[in-house]
Amino acid sequence: MADPVIRCRNVWKAFGPDPAGHVRAVEGGAPLNADGHVVAVRDVSLEVRRGEMLVVMGLSGSGKSTLVRCLSRLIDVTGGQITIEGQDIGALSERDLIALRRRKMGMVFQSFGLLPNRTVLENVAFPLEMRGQERGARIARARAMLELVGLAEREDYYPRELSGGQQQRVGIARSLAIEPEIWFLDEPFSALDPLIRKEMQDEFLRLKALSERAIVFITHDFDEALRLADRIAIMKDGAIEQCDTADRIVLDPATEYVARFTAGVDRARVVHAGALIQPLNGVAVEGPPVASGDTIRVLARRLIEDERGLIPVADASGRVVGALQRKAALDLLVGEAP
Amino acid sequence: MSASLDQHAASVGNRSHPLQTWQILLALAFVLAVGKALLPPGLVRPPEWMILPFDDWINAAFDFIRNDLGLVVVTRAIADGIEWCLDVTGNLLYGRNRWPRIGPVPWSVVLVSMTMLGYALGGWRLAALAGGTILWIAVMGQWRWSMETLSVILVAAPVSVLLGLVTGVAAWRWRAFERVLNPLLNIAQSMPHFAYMIPVVVFIGVGPKAGAVVTIIFSVPPMIRLTLLGLRKVPSEVVEAGKMSGASQWNLLTRVRIPTARTEILIGVNQVIMQCLAMVVLASFIGMPGLGQRLLQMLQALRIGPAFEIGITIVLIAVTLDRLSRAWAMRKPVHHNPGTSWARRHRLWLIWAGLAVAAWLLAQMVPYFHIVARGQALSLAGPINAVVNAFLDVVSPFTEALRRFLIVQVLIPFRDAILWLPYTTVLAVVAAAGWALGGWRSALVCLAFIVPIAMTGWWDRAMITVYTVLTAVTVAALFGIPCGIWAAGKPSRARRTLLVCDTLQTFPSFIYLIPVVMLFGVSDVAVLAAVMVFAAVPLVRYTVEGLTGIAPEMLEAGQMNGATRWQALRHIRLPLAFPTLLVGFNQSVMFALFMVIIAAFIGTQDLGQEMQRALSATDVGKGLVLGFAVAFLGLMVDHLLMRWSDRVRTGNRRRQGAA
Ligand SMILES: Nc1ncnc2c1ncn2[C@@H]1O[C@H](COP(=O)(O)OP(=O)(O)O)[C@@H](O)[C@H]1O
Ligand SMILES: [Mg+2]
Repeated sequence: MADPVIRCRNVWKAFGPDPAGHVRAVEGGAPLNADGHVVAVRDVSLEVRRGEMLVVMGLSGSGKSTLVRCLSRLIDVTGGQITIEGQDIGALSERDLIALRRRKMGMVFQSFGLLPNRTVLENVAFPLEMRGQERGARIARARAMLELVGLAEREDYYPRELSGGQQQRVGIARSLAIEPEIWFLDEPFSALDPLIRKEMQDEFLRLKALSERAIVFITHDFDEALRLADRIAIMKDGAIEQCDTADRIVLDPATEYVARFTAGVDRARVVHAGALIQPLNGVAVEGPPVASGDTIRVLARRLIEDERGLIPVADASGRVVGALQRKAALDLLVGEAP
Repeated sequence: MSASLDQHAASVGNRSHPLQTWQILLALAFVLAVGKALLPPGLVRPPEWMILPFDDWINAAFDFIRNDLGLVVVTRAIADGIEWCLDVTGNLLYGRNRWPRIGPVPWSVVLVSMTMLGYALGGWRLAALAGGTILWIAVMGQWRWSMETLSVILVAAPVSVLLGLVTGVAAWRWRAFERVLNPLLNIAQSMPHFAYMIPVVVFIGVGPKAGAVVTIIFSVPPMIRLTLLGLRKVPSEVVEAGKMSGASQWNLLTRVRIPTARTEILIGVNQVIMQCLAMVVLASFIGMPGLGQRLLQMLQALRIGPAFEIGITIVLIAVTLDRLSRAWAMRKPVHHNPGTSWARRHRLWLIWAGLAVAAWLLAQMVPYFHIVARGQALSLAGPINAVVNAFLDVVSPFTEALRRFLIVQVLIPFRDAILWLPYTTVLAVVAAAGWALGGWRSALVCLAFIVPIAMTGWWDRAMITVYTVLTAVTVAALFGIPCGIWAAGKPSRARRTLLVCDTLQTFPSFIYLIPVVMLFGVSDVAVLAAVMVFAAVPLVRYTVEGLTGIAPEMLEAGQMNGATRWQALRHIRLPLAFPTLLVGFNQSVMFALFMVIIAAFIGTQDLGQEMQRALSATDVGKGLVLGFAVAFLGLMVDHLLMRWSDRVRTGNRRRQGAA
């Protein structure tokens, strides 16, 4: 596989009068929040590859925003190292940092962060303006972006004249204007009401499919994470409790906390056939296979009607990769622990 | 509330001791007063050795800066630059014979321009206000003086906005600078107008350019404050979005932060304009021509009719400038529908251009529409005089009697009583108040403000100022607070009252002298009346705001307990509104102090009168010492009242939490 685009090693971030000293103390076993210090990110290591979407989730105050602000170096880390395409961003000069953001990074904010005095079009063109792109070209590009998010006829509006969902579309269009290879989204949909949010998630999946980026998406909504994620990182008190695919997190929670977190979800909707397979080990399984990418819920009817104890599972190319134990799958379907 | 006060006092003072420190101090004050006859003279009035020649030191410092450092060359150069600008606006507005020699612009052109501006900013109502004001000025033959005044504002306001913006940005950028700047701004904003004039006279002399410079200096502080506030209030996500867009520091400031802080910055502009107007009218004392000068002359000659007319002009200009600039600040951008043609987008500009050309042509043909000549001007002076005289004939027996009574029976005894007090008594009372409200720290702060006043040698004058302010604010509270309570009774009434207060606060303070001189002539009572009216406005305003700003749940709780209206007012609403009321008192005292000093020229014996003398003698040392004395009085009251208000507020919150 290709090198990770974002790599984050043992990153700490503390707020307070002496962050570095406090982090050392915490590493030595001192309590997390003392003497007016707050540890917002605690020893986080993770990687995001090109074309991959990592969803960071956790309760409010668990340090998600702080983490993503560290990744984009909107704030400096207290300890550890973050590299973007092999380059340590903590060591970048102001100038190189600006250049990096102008070329590669896009970010979407929870409360949109639009410039109130500029029209929608001018807002979307702002990153291009900062790049020094010539006016005609940047207007054309900004128009294309607005087209993409379906706001072409609103280009002369001002942000306050738009609804929340529309403002967030502007935020998304702006973050995509420079064709970023790295895309950060900090709870982009949580300020929106549920109907709009669903619609925006669909829209987001469509935009995501258009090109290969490394995406870090923050949310506190587990369903949203399940819908969108390739991998999910669950944060608690600044530390990552588990970072894995949705199936693994549901089937094999690493900690008590993650288990409680996932307790309420309908696992049949989350777990894919591919996650339950056992190797064939030479045993011959008969009959038509099921697709490894289908969730157990989707396969429900077949699982009930099929009489075989072991059902073959095939990957996207049709090759049989293993077998599914019918009983285990049915247990999952009716909600009993495997 | 009193319970929480006592509680707090207990936590401040010594718990085990039956007497609080502040009570002991109060007792000490009492003993000092009662035993005055036995006191050594050094405890009755500040002794010789205590009085330091601050004024000589300041004069020496100024001499050094002015002559030895040659700063006067710099200030003169700046003043010359400003004079050049004044010449330009002067030429355009009232035809002063200077470059570019194309003025004066016909009043009819100004009329259409201002009307269009009003329309663009706030629809027909503002158009009518702006147009009406210009029409009044032109037709009543006040054009020249008004334009002399406005030409100064037109130069001073932009310079001061620019200075304030740059300083505000610097203070925002460098914390250390802000820390130095803040106390300076506090003092600057409590210095009376005249204290600014004297140093300027020293450096620049008298006349329009000195007036412009003093106007600029006087109006900068609010701009700095609001710039800082606006920059602080920019949402962090907007800034972060800017950073992620790859903006450099400079771009962030100029394209993200300042535009996003637009509303606060423009409110700063509004404040600058209003301060400019207030100052430019007063600058007549240092030879600034225009409305202020005319008003001063008319008042001194007791010509009420013309003074009244000028007063109306000033009020109209104040209200117009205030409403226009506020409308500008509050304006939100609105999109054009796609496909709107250029002409439609710029409709208002085109209409303005057309009207302006038409008005100009009209003015070329009919001179009346260019300049209203002396003989053609209307005047209300005759009728106003007649009405005023008739009115005075009716009321003057009363006012005369009232004046006598007040002076002989109330004011003079009270004043003498205050003057009779040993200064040590006053110091002890001040320390006691500080201690009661904020512990030993506040007591020290208060003493730090008042002891220097004793050391200036102007103790008696300062006490007269204190007496005037005290009397005026007390009387203002006696009718202002009931007014406020009445107005807060109904939402619509409250809204209207706030609007009136707002409008009254936009008037330059000078204006308040017209009616009182009319009623009471030139006397102590007139000064008091002016100060009183001026000081009542914030009291009414904050009473209304305090009473209407109470959360409805609190009132409902009271109603559930079966409180009558009066009980609800007495036990729920007034205590909850009390902190806001204290803020009102604070502002009231500040206003009163400013007004006392301004009113000095119609006859008082306080710090203001000395300030006037210092001004005419261009004695910087004395002027600044007096200015600081006034500012310190104000800052001391400010400290005490704000402490008190904070405490009551936390007390209220604690009670609500407990409930
Ligand atoms: N600038 C800051 N100064 C002090 N504490 C902060 C700052 N930013 C975040 N925190 C603290 O860090 C913790 C994590 O915050 P955040 O990253 O915003 O959480 P999340 O985005 O998951 O809700 C919180 O306890 C918050 O109070
Ligand atoms: Mg957050």
